[in-house]
Amino acid sequence: MVAVEEKSAVSTPAAVEVAYLRGATKNYGAHRALDEVSLSLRAGEVVALLGPNGAGKTTAIKLLLGLLGPDAGEARVFGGNPRDAATRTRIGAMLQVARVPETLKVKEYLDLFRSYYPTPLPVQHIVRVAGLAGIEDRLFSQLSGGQKQRLLFALAICGDPDLVFLDEPTLGMDIESRHGLWQQVRDLAARGKTVLLTTHYLEEADSLANRIVVINKGTVIAEGTPAQIKSRVSGRTIKCVTSLEEDLLRRLPGVTSIEVKHGTTVVRSAEVEDAVRQMLALDTGLHSLEISSPALEDAFLALTKGE
Amino acid sequence: MTTMTVAPRFPLYRKEAKYEFLRLLRARTFTLATIGFPVMFYLLFGVVNSRGHEVLSASKYLMATYAIFGLVGCSLFGISVTLSNERNLGWLEVKQASPMPAPAYLVAKLLTAFAFATIIFGLLLTLGLTLGHVTITGTEIRNLALTILGGVLPFASMGLMLAMVVPPQAAPGILNLIYLPMSFCSGLWMPVSVLPHWLQTVAPVWPTYHLSQIALGGIGFEMRGTLAGHIAALAGFTVLMLGLAIVLFRRNATAS
Repeated sequence: MVAVEEKSAVSTPAAVEVAYLRGATKNYGAHRALDEVSLSLRAGEVVALLGPNGAGKTTAIKLLLGLLGPDAGEARVFGGNPRDAATRTRIGAMLQVARVPETLKVKEYLDLFRSYYPTPLPVQHIVRVAGLAGIEDRLFSQLSGGQKQRLLFALAICGDPDLVFLDEPTLGMDIESRHGLWQQVRDLAARGKTVLLTTHYLEEADSLANRIVVINKGTVIAEGTPAQIKSRVSGRTIKCVTSLEEDLLRRLPGVTSIEVKHGTTVVRSAEVEDAVRQMLALDTGLHSLEISSPALEDAFLALTKGE
Repeated sequence: MTTMTVAPRFPLYRKEAKYEFLRLLRARTFTLATIGFPVMFYLLFGVVNSRGHEVLSASKYLMATYAIFGLVGCSLFGISVTLSNERNLGWLEVKQASPMPAPAYLVAKLLTAFAFATIIFGLLLTLGLTLGHVTITGTEIRNLALTILGGVLPFASMGLMLAMVVPPQAAPGILNLIYLPMSFCSGLWMPVSVLPHWLQTVAPVWPTYHLSQIALGGIGFEMRGTLAGHIAALAGFTVLMLGLAIVLFRRNATAS
């Protein structure tokens, strides 16, 4: 990629803080899910809370929604308690749900949730932006996994909230639905809404967020623009079957590690294009080539190692 | 500024109740069990037993007690199973995160129980009057209707309490283990007087016993015990169930 477009990041420093966690700690019995986490959301920004399963992402969202109370510290939304009815009318939330009552139709769910808000969006608008056209008369049980997620997204935005929480919004979505949802998040941001989303995918956080907060084991381990976060995770991996020796591979551009397992060689390099070019030239029999961006696990290793 | 900060209440409550009712009406396992069983039992045991035109016939007795059997079923299952599922599997959190007022959620479930109890009573009354040759006065019908509607409250409270303790997958099984023996032991399927003596002695421990005695007394049958005693027992039971539900809800809230 030649031109790196920097997202109109972190807006102006003076942007209004719409919600925050301060020193928030939450325990589930003996397990500490969040440990003195502070997190601030400013008007109009998209913040990604990135971390593996069990990192505390969902707990952070539930504290901000007032579904859980912190054991220490505080959660504030629009300057008030997130449990207040008037505060809630300015918030929308898409949460992970194991089971939704299955015998209501898409349009009935929209009708019901719109009634919770003083100034809901028009039904046609919701149907269009959430990609529900043509399935309004289907029962929830007749929806595909991606359609279910889109309906839950629709319920989160139907009240035209200023602040939207999306907990793993693209989980179980196919590529098309996922990209559709990304577009919707960008549209929300374009309309000045504030979005906090959680994800395991670095790529998702990278493509959507102005700011990424990396969280692991209940603590914030890194925070910054996508560019800042990615710069801390160096290199991509090259996976292939090759006859090249390890010693030789080690001298290729930018190589930081080599691993050979079951006949497959995995090379990590900060200059992956140059390394691959040379490998292909040196070994014409090289095959099964795959190049991948760092997985989140690797990102964590890189991030936690630096501390 | 005149912007509304919350949504208008009446349409919100109305929609919450409407969709709770619709969603259960469309759930075939629920409607078959809660409406189908009392109606089927009544056809099998009530209508078949309607010989002649006696005033105090078995079909009249069973019309009242199966209506109670039906209201207990729809109150327990309609509230416990749905609430237990929604609490444990995330849907309730979606609603709690929305501006939906908590009372709307509970009122909707209560109104839905009233609606199903009314449907069951209407069906049994129709069957009783036509196939069952039941002789019943207008006053008696009114008495029975009031008993049925009032009877939803204690069992809706019991459903609320059970929702706090039963896990969602096991809920229907556990509820049946309570519901069916309780119905039998309190004389909903056959008069208490034909039950074994020891069961007759302990019958007053069942809330269904008190409700069925009120219902039977209101349609001309001899009532065991006094009306005031039965009402007091049901009121006490309701308060106990609601109290337990609140305690359990708070305990769960602090444990999570």
